[in-house]
Amino acid sequence: MKTNTQKISLTTPLTDSVVSSLQAGDLVLLSGRLYTARDAAHKRLVEHFQKEGKLPFSLKGEVIYYVGPAPAKPGYPIGPAGPTTSYRMDPYTPLLLQQGLKGMIGKGLRSKEVIEAIQKEKAVYFTAVGGAAALISKSIISSKVILYEDLGTEAIRELVVKDFPAIVTIDCFGRNLYDRE
Amino acid sequence: MRIVDTAQIQEKIKEMFLDMNYNTSASLKQAILDSMERESTPLAKNVLLQIHQNQEIAEREQIPICQDTGMAIVFVSLGQEVCLTGKPLSEALTDGVKSAYEEGYLRKSVVRDPLFERKNTGDNTPPVIYYDIVPGDQIHLLGMAKGFGSENMSRIKMLKPADGVEGVKEFVVETVKTAGPNPCPPIIVGVGIGGTMEKAAMLSKLASAREIGTKNPHPQYAALEETLLQEINLLAIGPGGLSGVTTALAVNIEYFPTHIAGLPVAVNICCHASRHREAVL
Repeated sequence: MKTNTQKISLTTPLTDSVVSSLQAGDLVLLSGRLYTARDAAHKRLVEHFQKEGKLPFSLKGEVIYYVGPAPAKPGYPIGPAGPTTSYRMDPYTPLLLQQGLKGMIGKGLRSKEVIEAIQKEKAVYFTAVGGAAALISKSIISSKVILYEDLGTEAIRELVVKDFPAIVTIDCFGRNLYDRE
Repeated sequence: MRIVDTAQIQEKIKEMFLDMNYNTSASLKQAILDSMERESTPLAKNVLLQIHQNQEIAEREQIPICQDTGMAIVFVSLGQEVCLTGKPLSEALTDGVKSAYEEGYLRKSVVRDPLFERKNTGDNTPPVIYYDIVPGDQIHLLGMAKGFGSENMSRIKMLKPADGVEGVKEFVVETVKTAGPNPCPPIIVGVGIGGTMEKAAMLSKLASAREIGTKNPHPQYAALEETLLQEINLLAIGPGGLSGVTTALAVNIEYFPTHIAGLPVAVNICCHASRHREAVL
């Protein structure tokens, strides 16, 4: 698969037309709002949905970043915040996509079910460079815990980002940058 | 008999965990720069450049290299001529880890109960501690901050003696292949061969902490390290898993005598943010 070296600037939340314009291999710079959620927050979101029939807040058009940031040093909006491995969120992801989630940022492989749901619901899977946490945190302008504060680093945060560097890894047509064939 | 107060060990442990989480070793920095030279695609170079820039920022600002500041592991080799005073040694090691993670803005990533409650302990303790009693009057400490992106991709297998060198190669390469982009390549591959099941796992952990560029002193194992490194890099998983010639920066093997019926092999994968420090007191 070919990679474009030109970086594409995107603003979140994402629309269907923006999502359909993205191809696996595109380098993007994301600006706007991201929600953080990883293992424990995903479990709670899905449990909430199973009980209440809806999510605790709307994910329509939103992008979730799989991250558990390190604590912020005084004067910093957030501590180092690189992506965590995505497959652990796979069991919960199809439901969130059905509820309107448009993008995910993580690292690593996704399940067949998630890839199918990405195509069906017209969404996109971005990856960021794992371990580049100090560098990535420079693109995060602000961070605010909005839900599950008791989870500490795993709480859901609303981040505002500017030119967050990511790579389109699975696009809404099912093209996957990790596929070698 | 030499008398050592455990407060001194506690302070050293704190210092080691802060240092390893902020500062990348010279050999690892150089390995990233060297692999940037070897890669030909803009994407692979870009991933390595981000890793390099990240190391520089973390060091300059004294902030963690990776948000996953790991579960703390401490290997203690205690000289049998040392007499310890002060609080119990395990408590001193735990308190050293606790103060590093609390005061150094490091992430608390440990849950008390692994299966049911999974509630965070709040201070990144307890560390995983291993003790060994050795001759002499010194205390050797090896501390590691192990992130779980790569720990989760590690495996162990009890091979048959008949599986031999080929069986070992196949298992190691297949483990790295299955891990793919998940453990944050380029990785360091620690391999433990022999002993019993848990001994092989321990050896693989120690192997992953060996400095890049060092070889196993036994020529056959050193040659196997080299062959495995080449075979792993032929997988072309590449930096960030986005294809390239640098999947691993090093393959380190440690071995131990084993049973006539067995050939245990453990593979402990470490990400490019390999964080460990040694100290002698």
